[in-house]
Amino acid sequence: MITFFFIVLFIGAFMCLYRIAVGPTPPDRMVAIDILGILVVGICALYAAYTGKGFYLYIAISWAILSFVGTLALAKFLEGRSFDE
Amino acid sequence: MSSNVAIGFIIVGVTFDLLGCLGLIRLPDIYNRLQAATKSVTLGTCMILIGVFLEFGFTSGGIKALLCLFFILLTSPTAAHALSRGSHISGFKLWKGSLMDKLEEKRRMDEN
Amino acid sequence: MKKKITQFIVYFIIWLLLTWSLNYQEVIVGLGVALLAMILTKDLFPDELMKLLNPLRLLLAIIYIPYLIFYIILANFDVAYRVLNPNLPINPGIVKVKTGLKNELARTILANSITLTPGTLTVEVDGDDYYIHWINITSEDPKRQKQIIIDRFEWMLRRIFE
Repeated sequence: MITFFFIVLFIGAFMCLYRIAVGPTPPDRMVAIDILGILVVGICALYAAYTGKGFYLYIAISWAILSFVGTLALAKFLEGRSFDE
Repeated sequence: MSSNVAIGFIIVGVTFDLLGCLGLIRLPDIYNRLQAATKSVTLGTCMILIGVFLEFGFTSGGIKALLCLFFILLTSPTAAHALSRGSHISGFKLWKGSLMDKLEEKRRMDEN
Repeated sequence: MKKKITQFIVYFIIWLLLTWSLNYQEVIVGLGVALLAMILTKDLFPDELMKLLNPLRLLLAIIYIPYLIFYIILANFDVAYRVLNPNLPINPGIVKVKTGLKNELARTILANSITLTPGTLTVEVDGDDYYIHWINITSEDPKRQKQIIIDRFEWMLRRIFE
């Protein structure tokens, strides 16, 4: 049962990777990276439930925070501004 | 995996995640992709986290899942807003079938 | 002063939730970390959040969450319909909508709520104007657009924050 959930989530992750590889414009790739970050949080949480070990949720929280900061940095880069603002 | 309710939440969450990624592939331009993907993947991951919370109950792991849910619900619209704003500022156009672009008109007026 | 104490208590509660133990060592480190975070982020904590100390406003803010979740679920069925339909039924465009809210935090929450609800995404906020990307434009009339997109959240946020 739970193997099936992992397979579906990995299919979703490969769809994001397809969008990262194909493009066609830079923002498209950035969107796919953002979405891939949130998907990985879901995969980590599911793995925590699968193994019954809570510490995988630490990885999920850290990944959520870092992916958010990374997306903001990419967006600032897209605006063509410095990070001071 | 013991509880049926938790399994139900996880099934719904995984389905919405897959639909969001399908939207990322199918829709034509960045703004539409951002819409579909952000909404579906946010709700899908939140549903998975609720399922995990029900599985763990009020233990250390369950509370972390709830905090993570709250955090994702708060940050993912902000990230989507930042990305769409950035790509509009750097001049990526809307899809050719779009009906109107009030923001582009406003930028033109500001320049003149 | 009252703001600083609220801030300290909020951070300390988050620490307790994250560690989920009442061991005295954890609690002492938590007090230190909450104090440090309070000093470092004293400008970042919005003043408007203090209004939630009023019980009536807090009750409305708690009601707002399930109200928002209902629209998020609706939005997902909308996305599912559009993605699975082979004809791709979309008429996208960016529309301009004026808001009557004056409070900064209320405006931020409204912008985030718009992003999570059916078919809309906030692209830019400029003064009172929201520029919103709408996946399926059903009306060209600004008044009707305002009614469809933001009226369902605006009245509630006005009650909570003003």
